[in-house]
Formats: sequence, C-alpha cells, structure tokens
Amino acid sequence: MAIFYFLIFPGFIFTAVVGLLASWIDRKVTARVQWRKGPPLLQPLYDMMKLMGKETIVPKGSSRLTFLLSPLFALAAVTIVSTLLWRTIISPNTTFLGDLIVILYLLIIPPLAVIMGGFASRNPLASLGANREMKLILAYELPFVLVTFIPVIQAGMKIKLGEILIYQLNNGIAVGSLSGIIGFLVAILCMQAKLTLVPFDIPEAETEIMTGTYIEYSGVPLAIYKMTRAMMLFVLPIFLVILFMGGITFSGWHILWGILKYVLLLVIIILIRNTAPRVRIDQAMKFFWGPMTALAVLGIILAFLGL
Amino acid sequence: MGIKLKALTKSPWVFHLSTGSCNNCDIEILDLLTPRFDLERFGILLVGSIRHADVLLVTGVVTRKVAPRLKRLYEQAPKPCLVVAIGSCALGQGIFKGSYNAPQPVDRYIPVDAYIPGCPPKPEAMIMGIVKLLNKLKGK
Repeated sequence: MAIFYFLIFPGFIFTAVVGLLASWIDRKVTARVQWRKGPPLLQPLYDMMKLMGKETIVPKGSSRLTFLLSPLFALAAVTIVSTLLWRTIISPNTTFLGDLIVILYLLIIPPLAVIMGGFASRNPLASLGANREMKLILAYELPFVLVTFIPVIQAGMKIKLGEILIYQLNNGIAVGSLSGIIGFLVAILCMQAKLTLVPFDIPEAETEIMTGTYIEYSGVPLAIYKMTRAMMLFVLPIFLVILFMGGITFSGWHILWGILKYVLLLVIIILIRNTAPRVRIDQAMKFFWGPMTALAVLGIILAFLGL
Repeated sequence: MGIKLKALTKSPWVFHLSTGSCNNCDIEILDLLTPRFDLERFGILLVGSIRHADVLLVTGVVTRKVAPRLKRLYEQAPKPCLVVAIGSCALGQGIFKGSYNAPQPVDRYIPVDAYIPGCPPKPEAMIMGIVKLLNKLKGK
C-alpha cells in the first residue's frame, strides 16, 4: 500500500500530472499577460517526451555518478513531500508526529541536489549558479522556517500537520488572523525564491549565466529536473494551503473551494513572476535577512499574543 | 514516424549562434521570438545552452576563427540536432565570397537541414523555413 501511495495516487504519477498541468497554466497565463496565444495544453508533455528521446551527454571530467544521480534525489524528495502532504489532507491522523520538520528538511533537498549537480558538471557557469543557489538557500530558509512556526503556535504548539489542519478546520484558518496574514505574505515570497522564479531566479539567470546549474544537463536528467520543478510548482502551494489556508476538504462543494485556494496561489506566483525584474544576489539576501525576517519575527510575537 | 520524432516536431528548442554576422539576421531572429510572432504556440523556445537545444540556428559568414568553435558546438549538441542556416552569408557567404578570412560557407563544416535565404530574411520567411523543416521531419 505504501508503494501505491508513493508511486500512484498522492505520490509520483498524480503529482507529475498536476505539476505538468500547473506548468502549462504558468506558461499560458504568462503568454496571456504578454498578449500572446501561448502553447497548447499538451506542451509540457511533448517537452518531456522529447527530452526523454534525446541523447544524454555527461561532460568530460565531470563527476559522473553525482551528475546523474542528483536529479533523481530531487525528484524523490519532492515525491515524498507530496505523498506526506496528500496523506495529511485525505486523512489528517495518518502521518507521524513531527512531519512538519521532515517536510521542511525534504524541501531543501531539491535545491541541494541542484547545487551538487551544478558543481559536479565542471562548468564555470554551473558553478556560479550553484554558488548563487547556496546563498539563496541561506537567505530564504531563515524567514521560511520562522514563518512555518506561526500556524504551529496558533494551533497550540502542535508540530504535526494533521493536528494543525484539524485546529484550523475547527477554529478558522490561519490567514484569518493578523499574524497569519503577515506569515502568509512572507511565505509567498519565500516560496517564489524556493521555486527560483523571476524576482529570485538568480541561480539560473538566462541572460547572464545561461540557466546556470542546468547548463550541462541534456536528455533524461534535464527532463527529470524539469519534472521536479513542475512538481515543486504543485507541492509548495499545497504546503502553504495546508499551513495557512486550512487545507482541502473532500466533501461536496468544498473540493472546488480547495482547488480555488491552490489556483489562487498559483496565479499569485505567476503574476509576481511576470511583473517583477530580477534582483541581484546581495539584494535578495538583504531582502530576506532584513525586512522578511523582521516581519516573520513580528508574526511569531503576534501569534504568541494570540492575535 | 516514431513518438520521439513527433515530440521533437512539437517542441523544437532553438539555440542561436552568430558566426561573425553583421547582427542583422540576429536582430530578425530575436524579432521572431517576440510576442508579435509568438513562436511558443508551436512549442519553440530560445534556450541558453546548446545541451538543451534541438535546433541550431547559424547566422553569418563562418570566419577562420569561429569555424572550429562551430564544429565543437555541433559536437556538443545532444543528437538528434537539426541545423538551420539563416541569411545569405551563412548560405553562400554573401558579399564576403572569396574573402581571405572566411574560407567556406556553413554547410561545408556541419550538415545543414534547412536554408533560409535573405539579407536579412524576414521573420515570416523564417517561420516558413521552420515549417518546411518540420514537415520534412514528418516525412511529408
């Protein structure tokens, strides 16, 4: 049964399909913002199939094993996160105590895998991208971890996602309170950095370092990375929906309301991505360690005061 | 036609290489990728790395200096990789024919799948060239 959960329903196949759909929505909305028509519905699928059929090149002098294994690590981590989150949504009491911490750890693994792959590929631009990715992790991880404590404090120091979810179903969602609103705003910006989308796409800046860490990847490993990014586009908003917006309930009309929450977050991500310029890495660090951390601490204090 | 080839015709990602052109063809290529012509409808994207590319767009007369680099870039591309020569210079050296620093046109160095003439070719002509190339792939 665990294999079924991991591979089929809340795990790999489900997340991959919805993630590819989300990446199509991303490209389509981007096209509409620019007054274009945009790609057809099956475009992400065609991209994946094409990349699967291409030659896989391992650069000379690179660390072959690390280079080829790091995309798999990223994919596995995202799949586990998705499985845990959806098990929590479907039946809140099935997961274990402290799954929030496990998910926070697992969410760092895809960027770490990207860093390892970038350094292993023996390309100066990839190394530069990996270097920037490291700094970006240091920058956004602090406010993101702080902000995830706000729903924990509101739920009465419960460090299990299922209990946070049940608390929010009974006592109103976290965004309903002042501390929740502050935490949600900070979390959205951290999510943008975690997805490395436009204001914070510094590690893979196309115009400066040509997609940075992915520069030497081709064929199947590149397809796995693209898939991982598409799945992150699905998993991270769901994580925030659970933490701050009371999750998704599967009874009658409520499921539409839950899907609406996810689509709302997705559209916010896409609109930020289309209306902002790229910042430099030092600006990003100042932004996250300065105002964002201050806001997160303020949110935690307000949460302790019960606001 | 295999499923791989069908997927390739649905999402050809292009990489753009200037082998010593006057930048006129390059500007027209960038024009082609703007919202006005919207090539993302056909799945065409401009990528920054040759490792991600399926189509190599070559503009300009191949100078002595860039010729080995052109060959190396073609070798670095993951196969199947198509090559499109754009502009009079890439096709037949244009006004630089017989010049001491540009010995041969592009197709003497690497195999070229489609030729798009013009100085520079209009974006519409390039779209037509790409459509012909994809039809050739599909075997029509």
